[in-house]
Amino acid sequence: MKHVTRKATRHVNQNEGLIFEKSSPGKAAWKLPPLDVPEVDTAELLGSSERKDLGNMPEVSEIEIIRHFTRLSTWNYAIDLGMYPLGSCTMKYNPRVNEVVSRLDGLANGHPYQPEKVSQGALRILQTLSECLIEITGMDAITLQPAAGAHGELTGLLLVRAYHQSKGAPRKKILIPDSAHGTNPATAAMVGYAVENLKSNAQGMVDVAALASQMNEEVAALMLTNPNTLGIFEQEIHKIADIMHAKGGLLYMDGANMNALVGKVRPGDFGVDLMHLNLHKTFSTPHGGGGPGSGPVAIKKILEPFLPTPVVIAKPDGTLGFEYNRPQSVGRVRAFYGNFGMFVRALAYTLANGPDGLRQTTEDAVLNANYIRKGLEGVYDLPYATPTMHEVVFSDKVQAKKGVKTMDIAKRLIDYGFHPYTTAFPLIVPGALMIEPTESEPKEELDLFIEAMKSIAEEVEEDPQMVLAAPHTTRVSRLDETAAARKPVLRWKPA
Amino acid sequence: MRYLPKSPADREAMLKAIGARSIDDLFAPIPAEYRLNRDLKVPRQMAESEIVDWFRERSRENGEAYATFLGAGAYYHYRPVIIDSLISRGEFLTAYTPYQAEISQGTLQSIFEFQSMICELTGMEVANASMYDGSTAAAEAAMMACRVTGRHAVAIARSVHPEYREVLATYAHHQGMPLATVPFTDNGRVNLNELDKAITPDTACVLIQSPNFFGTIEDVAAIADIAHKHGAMLVVSIAEAVSLGIVEPPRQADIIAMEAQSFGVPLTFGGPYCGVIATREQYVRQMPGRLVGQTTDRNGKRGFVLTLATREQHIRREKATSNICTNQALIALMANIFMTIYGKVGLRELAKQNLAKAAYAAQQFGKHGKVLFSGAPRFNEFVVQTSEDPYAINGRILQHRIVGGLPLKKFYPELGNAALWCCTEVTTRAAIDTAVRSAAEGERMVKSVKEPADVQEVAR
Repeated sequence: MKHVTRKATRHVNQNEGLIFEKSSPGKAAWKLPPLDVPEVDTAELLGSSERKDLGNMPEVSEIEIIRHFTRLSTWNYAIDLGMYPLGSCTMKYNPRVNEVVSRLDGLANGHPYQPEKVSQGALRILQTLSECLIEITGMDAITLQPAAGAHGELTGLLLVRAYHQSKGAPRKKILIPDSAHGTNPATAAMVGYAVENLKSNAQGMVDVAALASQMNEEVAALMLTNPNTLGIFEQEIHKIADIMHAKGGLLYMDGANMNALVGKVRPGDFGVDLMHLNLHKTFSTPHGGGGPGSGPVAIKKILEPFLPTPVVIAKPDGTLGFEYNRPQSVGRVRAFYGNFGMFVRALAYTLANGPDGLRQTTEDAVLNANYIRKGLEGVYDLPYATPTMHEVVFSDKVQAKKGVKTMDIAKRLIDYGFHPYTTAFPLIVPGALMIEPTESEPKEELDLFIEAMKSIAEEVEEDPQMVLAAPHTTRVSRLDETAAARKPVLRWKPA
Repeated sequence: MRYLPKSPADREAMLKAIGARSIDDLFAPIPAEYRLNRDLKVPRQMAESEIVDWFRERSRENGEAYATFLGAGAYYHYRPVIIDSLISRGEFLTAYTPYQAEISQGTLQSIFEFQSMICELTGMEVANASMYDGSTAAAEAAMMACRVTGRHAVAIARSVHPEYREVLATYAHHQGMPLATVPFTDNGRVNLNELDKAITPDTACVLIQSPNFFGTIEDVAAIADIAHKHGAMLVVSIAEAVSLGIVEPPRQADIIAMEAQSFGVPLTFGGPYCGVIATREQYVRQMPGRLVGQTTDRNGKRGFVLTLATREQHIRREKATSNICTNQALIALMANIFMTIYGKVGLRELAKQNLAKAAYAAQQFGKHGKVLFSGAPRFNEFVVQTSEDPYAINGRILQHRIVGGLPLKKFYPELGNAALWCCTEVTTRAAIDTAVRSAAEGERMVKSVKEPADVQEVAR
C-alpha cells in the first residue's frame, strides 16, 4: 500500500471458533445453590410435557466464555474506538454514567407490575423525561411506549388514523418525500395507508408547489424528515405545514435528525403536529449492535385523546400512577411501558447537558458536519449546494468514472481506521456518501478523516484496483453476500 | 460540557476554515421566526455525582431490594455477573447494526450463535433476534402467518398474555385482520372444541402461549392438529424462556414468537427485552427482521453477514415484510451469554429449581386458598383464588418488603379474587412461607371480621 494511515496500525487479534466448537461434556460455568424446598419428580409433574434433552447446547467453563466474547468483541469497530460517520444514524458518544444509573437495583430489578406505591421512582423518571422531551420538541404531550424509531412511526400513524377517524374518515394516503427513510413507507403500509411519493426540488427540499397540487382531502398526513436526509433544513416548513393544515391533513416529523435542532428550534413551533424521537440517536443511548432503540412520540393537544395506554398521571394525593381508562386510545403498541432502561439513560444524558449543553451539542454537531463538507468540497461531488446542517451528502460521480463506487470508497476507509459512512442513501443521490460526524468528534479526528478521504480520492486516480479490493487490513476480506443469500446457512449444526 | 471534545480555539479555527463569522451563520437556513432565542426549560447541567445521587433516590423509591412473586411476562432470574462484564465492552455496547461485515464480525458471530441456540432450544430451523419484545413478536408472527397462507384472520387463545392480546389487536386493527378469542377450560388450557369452531377458512393462524399466562402448559400437539386440519398455521408464544430447560418445546408449531427476557435480561420496569421469531426454513423469506448467515470471504475464510435483506424496509420500502429496523443485538448478546453459561445441563437444572419452588409454593397456598387449573401441568406460575381480595393480602406481604402475586381482576374478572404467583430459583422458602401465612391470615379474617379498609390502598 502506497498511502500510510496515521490513525490505525495493523495488530494481532485472536482467532476464535464458534462456542459450540469448544464444548465438551462435563464442563460448566454455572452453580446453583442447594434447593431449600423439596426436590420434585419432574416426570410426575410434567408427564409427556417433560423435556429430556437440550440438543447441542454448549458446555463450557467461565474463562472460556470470557475469552470467547472478549475475542469476538475485538473484531468490532465501535464509537469507543473512533469516528463512526454513519449518516442518519447519529453515532455519538454513549456516556458511561448512563450505564451505571440504569443498573441501580431499584431500577434494573423493578418489575413492571409492582404496586404503584413502590414504583414512584420509575414513574418520576417517566414523568421527568416526558417533560424534558415535550419542552425540547415544543409539543404538548408524549408517549414513551414505542420501542424504536420505526415503532414510533407506527404509533404516530395510528394516532393520525384515529384522529381522522374521529372526524369521520381515516383518509387514504400518506405523502412521503423521495428522500425518506425506508421505514416511512413500510410503516404507512402497516397502518393500511397507500403511499404517495413526493418529489424533491433542485435544492433537495420539498417541492412546495408539487405538494400543494398533491394535497387533498384523501391525504391523511405528510411524513417529513427535517432536516431531511440530505442534511438540509426545509426552509419553507411553515408553508408546508399550512398546505397540510388547510386541507385538514397532519404534519408528521420523522425526528431521526433531531440532533441538528435541539435547543435551537422546536418542531412544535414550526407547525409539526406529531413526531417521533430516536433516543438511541439524539439522546445518546447505546446502539449495542443494532438495538435496543426507543422511539417516543410527541404530539400536539389535538392528538392527546388517542395516545396508547397507559399514560402517567399525577393523582390527587400527589403520587404518580398509570391511567388505563382512555376510551379513544389507539390501544397498546407494546407490553408494559416501553424501553424503560433507555429512558433512564436518555434522562441522565439530558441532566448532564442542561439547556446550555444541549444547545452547544447541536452547534458542535452542525459545526463538525460543515467542517467536513468544506474539507471535501471539490474532492467529492456535492450534488446539492444548499447549506447543510448536521450531515452532508456527497456522491461518487467523480470516482465512478474510474469504476470505483461509494461502497468501494467506504470499504477502503476501513483500512484508514474509520467506520464507513452511510452508502447509497438517500435514494435521490445516485452513489451517495452520507456523512454525519456528530458532536462527539474532536477537530483532530475530523482532520484525520478528511485526510483519509482525500487520500482515497488520490488512490482512485492512481490505483483503482487497490481500492476495489479493499479492505486489506481486516481479519476477513469482503464477504460473499450473494452466496449467503442464495443458500442461507443461518445456524450451526454439528459436522 | 464534558462530553464535547472541543476548546473554544478549536471552534474558532473551524468556523474560520468554513468561512463562517459565527456559529449563527450555520443556522441561517432555519427561518428566524422559528429560532429559539431562550434556554430550554430543562433542569440545569448537573455534575456526574449529582446525576448518580438523583437516580439513587429514584431507585430507593422503587422497591429497591424487595423480593417479588410477580411474573406474568417479566421474570426475575439471577443474572450471572459476567453478562454485564462482557456487554459493557465498548466494542459491543457502542457498535452500530453490523452492515459493514468486515469490521462487525464480533456482533455477527454472536447473533449467529444466538440464532443457533434458539433453534436448539425451540426445535425450529431458523431464528432471529430482531423483535422488540414478546408482545410485538407475537403480533409480527401473526402478520407473517397471513403472508404465508394468504388468509387474514387470527384465532387467539384467551390464555395468552392480556397485554400481548392488546398489542395484537392494535396491530390487527388496520390490516383487515379479524380476531377471534378462544376461551380456556377448567384446567386453564385452550378449549379445544371452541377452538375448532373458531377457525374459519380465512384463519391464517391459531395463536397460543405455552406455558400460558396462568403458567399452564398447553396441549400443543392437540392444538396443532386442529389448526393444521383447517389449513391454519400454529403460532406459539413463549414468554418464560427458562421453561425451555425442562418443558418440551412446541415442535409442532409453525412459528414460535418468544420473549427471551428470562435469559439474563434485567427486568428494568418492563424493557428493553428481547423478541424472537423462530420458524421453519420454508418460511424464512416471509420472516420479519434481521438475519445473520454464514458465508466465506475472498480467501475462503468463514465469516458472517446480514442476509436475505430483500425482505426488509430499507430495500423493499412499502412492500417489506415489516417496518422493523431494530435488531435487538445487545439484549440478544445478554441472552446468548446466559444460554452459554447454563448450557446443556445447567439450563435443565435451573428450570428444575423453578419447577420445584413453584410446586412447593402452590402446595402451601393450596392449604389456605384454591389453586386453580390444577388439572394440567405447569411451570413456575400458578393461580390462587382466595376469599379475601388479593390486594389486601399483598398489602400485608408488602410490609415484609415482598411484592405478592399479580391480582387478576383487571384481566380476568370472571376468576374473582384470584392472583397469579410466580416462583423462580431466587424465590426463598422463607418468602413463600411469609406469603402463605398472609394468605392464611386473610382466610381467617374474612371468616371472622370485616376486611380493613385501608390495606387495598397500600397495595395498588
